[in-house]
Amino acid sequence: MLRRQLLHFGAFTLGGLPVSLVRAQGGAQKKLVVVMLRGAVDGLSVVAPYGEREYAASRPQIALAAPGAADGLIKLDSLFGLHPSLSPLKRHWDGGQLAFVHASGSPDPTRSHFDAQDYFESGTPGRKSTPDGWMNRLLAALPGEPAPTRAISQGSTPPRIFAGTASVASLGLGPSALQRRAIDDPKLQAGLARLYANDAQLSGTLRDTTEGRGEMSRSMAAGDSKSMDASADAGAPSARSFAADARRLGQLIRKDAHTQLAFTAVGGWDTHVNQGAARGQLANRLASLGEGLDALAAGLGEAYKDTVIVVASEFGRTLRQNGNGGTDHGRGNVIWLLGGPVAGGQMLGEWPGLDISALADGRDLAVRTDFRQVLAPLLQRHLGLSEAALAAVFPQAPQTWRYADKLLRA
Amino acid sequence: MKNRRFVLSSAAALASGIMLAARRSQAAVVAAGPALGAEERALHALNRLGYGPRPADAAAIAAQGAGPWLERFLTEQLEPRRMPQPEGLSARLAGLEVLKLGQAELVGRYRGAVKAAREARREQAQGMQADADALNAVREKVRPLVAQAATARLSRALESPAQLEEVLTEFWFNHFNVFASKNAVGVLVADYEQRAIRPHVLGRFRDMLGATAKHPAMLIYLDNAQSVVAGYEPPKRARRFLAERPEIKPRVPSGLNENYARELMELHTLGVDGGYSQRDVTELARMLTGWGLDSRKALIGGTGDLFAFDARKHDAGSKTWLGQTVQGGGQAEGERALDVLASHPATARHLAFKFAQAFVADEPPANLVQRLADNFKATGGDLREFTRTLIRADEFWSREAYQAKFKTPYQYLLSSLRALDVQPTNLQNLLGALAQAGQPLYGAQTPDGYKNTAAAWRNPEALTQRVQLATTLGQRSGVTAEKLSSTLGASVSEPTRRTLAGEPASQQVALLLASPDFMKR
Repeated sequence: MLRRQLLHFGAFTLGGLPVSLVRAQGGAQKKLVVVMLRGAVDGLSVVAPYGEREYAASRPQIALAAPGAADGLIKLDSLFGLHPSLSPLKRHWDGGQLAFVHASGSPDPTRSHFDAQDYFESGTPGRKSTPDGWMNRLLAALPGEPAPTRAISQGSTPPRIFAGTASVASLGLGPSALQRRAIDDPKLQAGLARLYANDAQLSGTLRDTTEGRGEMSRSMAAGDSKSMDASADAGAPSARSFAADARRLGQLIRKDAHTQLAFTAVGGWDTHVNQGAARGQLANRLASLGEGLDALAAGLGEAYKDTVIVVASEFGRTLRQNGNGGTDHGRGNVIWLLGGPVAGGQMLGEWPGLDISALADGRDLAVRTDFRQVLAPLLQRHLGLSEAALAAVFPQAPQTWRYADKLLRA
Repeated sequence: MKNRRFVLSSAAALASGIMLAARRSQAAVVAAGPALGAEERALHALNRLGYGPRPADAAAIAAQGAGPWLERFLTEQLEPRRMPQPEGLSARLAGLEVLKLGQAELVGRYRGAVKAAREARREQAQGMQADADALNAVREKVRPLVAQAATARLSRALESPAQLEEVLTEFWFNHFNVFASKNAVGVLVADYEQRAIRPHVLGRFRDMLGATAKHPAMLIYLDNAQSVVAGYEPPKRARRFLAERPEIKPRVPSGLNENYARELMELHTLGVDGGYSQRDVTELARMLTGWGLDSRKALIGGTGDLFAFDARKHDAGSKTWLGQTVQGGGQAEGERALDVLASHPATARHLAFKFAQAFVADEPPANLVQRLADNFKATGGDLREFTRTLIRADEFWSREAYQAKFKTPYQYLLSSLRALDVQPTNLQNLLGALAQAGQPLYGAQTPDGYKNTAAAWRNPEALTQRVQLATTLGQRSGVTAEKLSSTLGASVSEPTRRTLAGEPASQQVALLLASPDFMKR
């Protein structure tokens, strides 16, 4: 067993054959990027139902003004408007590349951030024993050849959504994420490989590290040199900003023909106090997020036409503002879908309304669409998963969504 | 308070209990692999009940013999107050202003900085030349105080002989996490750790729960300071003040905030599956209205603690909470709620699981969790007995538990510095490394704190950073592989030693620090 592991390891790192020679077949690879907003973003501020009387009435200090008013919402349709801080995304809506599924979320009623995030990432709401994350199961089920950089996790720690047996590359944060580090030294790598030979987990992590970093560095160095970091970060408010990291992720996906899945997370949405309206805490966060998603699209460049970006949060927030101009933990939220293949410029899903009788527990926007109902058509029609493979990614998933055919361009 | 004789005799009982445990685990050899040897047990204690061996520990084990050394170590660790603090550490702590300031002064400084910055911005907006220092006042006043808190924490973890106290302080701080970057919390983290957490880590859980509930860091972090009875109107004088400043009006609390009530049950006590509903969250929030801060004290240059119960902000109506009717009773409602939560069987289970997971295994043995929970219930939440139960447990000393926990970035950094006996000159670099690794000190944004399982930390990015740190320290420390290896003693396995011997000398220290043996504890 020991010997087999060493040989396997050697085939990748010591054999000298770059994995990039093993090209995936067919045309451009379809890609899926998931951006998770940890902390429960207030979906009723992201896409505000200004057409509902109860919206402004429930939020005397934090409701956004109707489109056309000063600091008003960006009009999406006669019922919904986009937060004015998300103006960088308006061109994506107008260009038919941005859609929203409102009143969506998890069927499990928990209002615990941590359980709800866990359920979103495991893909099995209500079941805590699921050992892996749905994006790892998806990676394993994806048609085509495996590759070390087929899935990329951006951030310093491993997210639950990628937990599992399939190998995931990791991309650190900040401009120096792919700078040469001690672990890129082949002599040290060889020593570590010998040292880890009896430790299946660490030798697996080492293999993912050396192969992933090798591939990512080669990809980033290839082609146009001008997009390599220094200039890409120029003009960004901070080299460590979400926008700079998102742009870098987009570039990497564009340049590495193998990359099909990516995940990143943004925190700080738990606005219990003074969340503000067109200005304030939440507006600032959304501005940075909107700028970042636009930068991700820019970084993707020509790959944007083959990429679907999903933005989601663990649950929504209360309809009524609380005693501190903030909102507490709620239920339904809005899922964002962005990218070339998205049939954008439309609101999808059923809208339950904000009448007290329609609210969950008399207080929260109800969940009418299970998040898996939104993801399933992406997995099948965009990434080409079979029915059986889909069942492995989302076991016991709800029935097919009524809007499944309307999500993607024909 | 226990008398001295009792303490001494119970310490002796502990030592003999451990010897018994050793014999019992030898009896269970067949199922569990060979029992730990004396030196392995000593290293296990240093790695789990502390931040790993220093060269002096290895020397003491060699001089005293591993068995006697361990017996004394365990007895001493449960009585941290009796251990003399090294002079260098005392001197360093004495130089930290943040440990001497009271809550009112700390928050007073924060408020002063906020005011100065606001005025500077207003002047700037009016086209006047603003004072650059004033513009950055919040950052400039808060940052040094957080840095001092971090200096105290890291210095103690590196140098204090009372290692168990340090490890428990980290555990319980994390359990009752607060986030330094939220409002005034940064200036308060040192006081919070020093006064709400540290004195109770071997005391009573109920006392720690009460101390955190009343500490301004928690009251601000989870917003309870602003949670008030629905329809609350500020007193007349404040209303006049507000009438002239309409921009402040939206910030005046007018009703409930559920944040603390939810996390108090979900994270601090019952656990998420502890059997409470959304209704219970709201009702508990109502019971805790009025638990807040005397902000005037901080504004007028007062001194002392800031907690104050304000009956005007309290919801005096009756509530139904966890199936019980609670009549309006002022502050006593909240105190009663903390009593109920601290003694609830779900709390015992929740804490037992977390404790066993942090100190024994990512998937802790069910029997041990049960015994810890039983002990917690039987002793009314005596954390010294709780900790003693852990240290006496066969499961703690089992072969399966040995070297089975993957270190967090914090543990990896501290154990590296201790093993190399490095006295860091620039703590900012260390704090930067922790932040880069995803575990900034006092920087866990969410109230669940940091996880301590391998699944939460082991990935390519973590490996990249650890190997980088190992290489840098290996080059800079000047410590030889032989010296490091002798410090780590039995925690480095034979196969690792053999493999290392064949590696180039220039890489041996880095490889040893990056070895599977040192990645784990």
